[in-house]
Amino acid sequence: MTALLEVTGLKTHFLTRAGAVRAVDGVDLTLRAGEVLGLVGESGSGKSVTSFSILGLVDPPGKVVGGSVRFKGEDLIQASPERLRQLRGRDIAMIFQDPMLTLTPVLRIETQMVETVLAHERTSYAGARERALDMLARVGIPAPQERIRAYPHQFSGGMRQRVAIAIAMLHGPSLILADEPTTALDVTIQGQVLSEMQRLVAETGTAMIWVSHDLAVVEAIADRIIVMYAGRVVEEGPVAEVIARPGHPYTRGLLDSTPSAATPGGRLRQIPGMAPSVLNLPPGCPFAPRCAHVRPECSTPPPVRRLGPERTVRCFAPLIPEVGQ
Amino acid sequence: MAVFLIRRVLQMAMVLLAVSLVVFFGLYSIGNPAEILLPDDATASERAAAIIALGLDRPIWVQYWVFLTNALQGDLGTSFVYNVPSITLIFQRFPATLELAVAALLIALAVGAPLGLYAGLHPDTPLDRTIVTGSILGFSLPNFWQGLMLILIFSILLGWLPSSGRGPTGEILGIETSFASWEGIRHLILPATNLALFKLSLVIRLTRAQVRETMQLDFVKFARARGLSDRRIIGVHVGKTIAAPIITVVGMEFGSVIAFAVITESIFAWPGMGTLIIDSINKLDRPVVAAYLLVITALFILLNLIVDVLYTVLDPRVRLGAMK
Ligand SMILES: Nc1ncnc2c1ncn2[C@@H]1O[C@H](COP(=O)(O)OP(=O)(O)OP(=O)(O)O)[C@@H](O)[C@H]1O
Ligand SMILES: [Mg+2]
Repeated sequence: MTALLEVTGLKTHFLTRAGAVRAVDGVDLTLRAGEVLGLVGESGSGKSVTSFSILGLVDPPGKVVGGSVRFKGEDLIQASPERLRQLRGRDIAMIFQDPMLTLTPVLRIETQMVETVLAHERTSYAGARERALDMLARVGIPAPQERIRAYPHQFSGGMRQRVAIAIAMLHGPSLILADEPTTALDVTIQGQVLSEMQRLVAETGTAMIWVSHDLAVVEAIADRIIVMYAGRVVEEGPVAEVIARPGHPYTRGLLDSTPSAATPGGRLRQIPGMAPSVLNLPPGCPFAPRCAHVRPECSTPPPVRRLGPERTVRCFAPLIPEVGQ
Repeated sequence: MAVFLIRRVLQMAMVLLAVSLVVFFGLYSIGNPAEILLPDDATASERAAAIIALGLDRPIWVQYWVFLTNALQGDLGTSFVYNVPSITLIFQRFPATLELAVAALLIALAVGAPLGLYAGLHPDTPLDRTIVTGSILGFSLPNFWQGLMLILIFSILLGWLPSSGRGPTGEILGIETSFASWEGIRHLILPATNLALFKLSLVIRLTRAQVRETMQLDFVKFARARGLSDRRIIGVHVGKTIAAPIITVVGMEFGSVIAFAVITESIFAWPGMGTLIIDSINKLDRPVVAAYLLVITALFILLNLIVDVLYTVLDPRVRLGAMK
């Protein structure tokens, strides 16, 4: 089976006056049709920059300086601006973290939904509006006929995020990039939006990359998980296995500092130290200064080790044994 | 909406009352008009008669009370010099000034907004730097000097455009205006450009700053992620977002453009309120000066009101009821 999305060696750097910020520095990831991939990591680990790079939405001074992004076999890094525009919103849709900020404040929901339909299809305004109304009903907006005339600020946070989801689903994309879409919502609403998303992608067979720093959320929604640290993938595997038996000391640390995933009643443990600045990183393992299992060789680039049929880790001393080769 | 309007009209009345006090007592303290109006060889009895005729013999607060009650009936006094109601004089000159100010603002917007938009979309390119430097010049060179240079270049050296007076006017939709004939427009170009230069740099910088700020916002990125074209994003999403602040500032500036028209009108001998007011100040024609200042004040307040209402139309997040 060929992959829907195949990212290899992706490097996105920000060329600032202080030097090159290596926000994404050699990321590989693969996604099959209909699969949900959780992308986790601390703030600043490069999750958002990775998803923007896939869609060609990195703004200067940021630039994709290496690697390839293949979507259904087509290299998006080489694609023309017009080709990228065609794919965005139609084949690959995106949902952002803060629903307050992602809809244009001065335009009605109707305008924003209809224009999204018309950006990719030749159809009448009335036809586009019908589609928008259907979609609003599907994501659970009550009284769509009335609400479609409203402006973004007239919705609550949760409802606004549902509108953003409806917009993302308008063209039945085969891939959705969801960048922490529930982080800005309060906990009960988070749960609702999460299960709504889960239902929608399952119904439509849409593949999704779910970016989050909340392992519990990822555990609930994803099939596979990728853990990022300082612009690199440090661990990858089926979500249940990785959470049950993490292979990278950093993943272990993340798990121990997550309330719902840690042993109930147990104390939460913080990872000591701070996430490193991705400006002028040393060549070795970026996690070494904070790692309890650090060894002398960690000052050189760590190898990728295979921990199972679908599991890899980038570490000299994985927490679970390597499978033989 | 009704409550909002009523409150604003009351505020307007208070401000006008305050301004009328300041204007009246301010003018009272600067010289006696009888001295200027009477010929040097006037006799003492002629002088006394004139003072009584002008009502200048009564105590100042009585004079103010007469002025105020008359003003409430739309009578702002009779010009000492022309012997016609001062309000009539002002409104005879008003259309010429209004036309000049409107033309100037349109030029400032039509030239400034596209330049600011380009500069904002392409920051730190050579053209952006040229535009910004140009706008600093427009900002810092004195307006009268710019006016003289315009005359020197386009009237005297090139001989393309007339440098003084208003051309023939005609009627368009019942309004007497220079736009009715090419000759009229030719006369309008230089003074309107001179007055526009004064606001052009403001429009450029404001547009540039607004565009730069707005382009960074998440909704622009989301709009791109939806596959909208750059043209639609800049024209509709960014355009509508920055229209409200730009219209607000430009609307507020309209009052100052009318006030600054005094300078431009003097340079280009434009027969508007500005030349009238300079004349009237020289001749201590109190009623005309007072009427001018009150009309200008009322205009400022009215413009503010219009701008506030426009803002709510352009930006749905703002509601009139919430405004103080
Ligand atoms: N415009 C920019 N200029 C310079 N550096 C940038 C810029 N945008 C992002 N970066 C850097 O890229 C790195 C990765 O940022 P990114 O937004 O992808 O993090 P993230 O994993 O999404 O974090 P969060 O959980 O906070 O959203 C950060 O270290 C950040 O400093
Ligand atoms: Mg992020």
